[in-house]
Amino acid sequence: MRGRHVVLIEDELNIAEAIRFILTQDGAAVTHLASGTDSTAVLMREKPDVLVLDVMLPDRSGLEILAEIRAIPELAMLPVLMLTARGKNRDREAAERAGANAFLAKPFANADLLAQVRALAEGGA
Amino acid sequence: MARSLLTGTRIRERRTAQGLRQADVARTAGISPAYLNLIEHNRRRVSDALLARLAEAIGLDLFALSDGAEGALFDGLREAASAQTVRGAQPEIDRIEEFVGRFPGWAGVLAERQARIAALERTVEGFSERMAQDPFLSTALHEVLSAVTSLRSTAAILVENDAIDAEWRARFHRTIHEESLRLSDTAEALVGYLDTLDEAESGLSSPQEEVEAWLATHDFHLAALEGPRAPAPETLTAGVAELASSAARTLAAEHIVRAHADALALPLKPFLRALAEDGPDPARLAGRFGAPLARVFRRLASLPPEAGLTEVGLVICDGSGSFSFRRPMPGFALPRFGAGCPLWPLYEALGRQMQPIRAVIELAARVPQRFLTYAICQPLQPTGFDAPQVLEASMLILPAPPERGAVERAVGVSCRICPRIACPARREPSIVT
Repeated sequence: MRGRHVVLIEDELNIAEAIRFILTQDGAAVTHLASGTDSTAVLMREKPDVLVLDVMLPDRSGLEILAEIRAIPELAMLPVLMLTARGKNRDREAAERAGANAFLAKPFANADLLAQVRALAEGGA
Repeated sequence: MARSLLTGTRIRERRTAQGLRQADVARTAGISPAYLNLIEHNRRRVSDALLARLAEAIGLDLFALSDGAEGALFDGLREAASAQTVRGAQPEIDRIEEFVGRFPGWAGVLAERQARIAALERTVEGFSERMAQDPFLSTALHEVLSAVTSLRSTAAILVENDAIDAEWRARFHRTIHEESLRLSDTAEALVGYLDTLDEAESGLSSPQEEVEAWLATHDFHLAALEGPRAPAPETLTAGVAELASSAARTLAAEHIVRAHADALALPLKPFLRALAEDGPDPARLAGRFGAPLARVFRRLASLPPEAGLTEVGLVICDGSGSFSFRRPMPGFALPRFGAGCPLWPLYEALGRQMQPIRAVIELAARVPQRFLTYAICQPLQPTGFDAPQVLEASMLILPAPPERGAVERAVGVSCRICPRIACPARREPSIVT
């Protein structure tokens, strides 16, 4: 994924660290946000290729952020991978309705994460 | 009065209990012994007139030969039939009486199993609700999920990347250490939390049922509350086996406070004197003591057995129609879950606040039974202009007078097991055809 830029919104710092490692090893540049505050402003500024977004954030829900960015024309088409909790089908359904392009249930295999982000970066989600 | 096949079994039981010969009873009732034998073996239905003659021949009240407590058994079996989930199974509801008559033991087991299943379903619902809404569990599970996700990804990175930079390696080792500590702390907290849950909280009864079971052991009369000084509620509820959950103990304490206030306002001795003079007429008693009708209802339903008013029932509901108190009346099965018949005077009272209602009702059952009911709805407390209105309706249930009135209200227990198919208040189909 050389030359690709991924924004990661994840409040769990150790998970974020692992994801950052996996993606940067594959050549992507990763910007990490530990909360949803000002996320749209950062996305507008960074214009990433992919957004990896956790559903459960401390300040505001990932679903809320997703709905917000889908309403902004410049971000409406941004590929988004949602990280949901395994077994929480309601989260997944809600994310689908809010316009997520792909989902990954925690805990996930690193190879799956990488494959999903690659696919989104290449526009093949 | 409609009769069922099972009436025969009852006739036989009562006759043998009285030590009477079949031939003698048959002769007195004006039928042949062979015909009585067929009746007693539930092979012939009995007309109203013949049943009356048989009751007289056996020397019993007509009512003693009717359904009595077995009504609840039939209700339980009908519930079981409606709840059956075996594909293709079609319980013969029209032969339910024959089933009970021929296999009373099995019928009892089936009805009891159905009650148990309903209680277990309620427990599962309660647990699901707890799992979904308990903030501690929700947070703990989130912690576990996060730690496991982090551990899995980090461990995989270390295993799959041989040439990992030393700084990253050290960072990931630290992560594994931190997350394993978090996981063990969360596990410990979870175990501690689950340990502290009172085992009884997972019981099969609702808190209200626990309170009712406790009151039933006292015949719904708490002698300690008579007199000006009552013990603290906690002293009456502590260590009571029936009050296993803390919610039940809280409800019981509220009941005690209210019952004591009722006892103070309607002191036992004068109340019993008035009862002896006026009979169980709530309006007269309320007038004598200047007490609200609902309080008189509650007092009548909580007198000591020596008061002689043992056949009494009381149902109290809130503005939504949900029961908050039930004292069952023999022959009047109160639904355990869900609401009762919408035609009960109890619900009519909700729509006619402060207007007392007196109605003789005929309860639809295999053998319809009549009861005298009094109902009233009143605000629970003064609420002021802008406060929400909190209503409470009460219905006192007493035996019906023997003479039939011009207007008697046909009601049921609940729609599902009510045979009044064309009832305008029906909210769901009946399983009784």
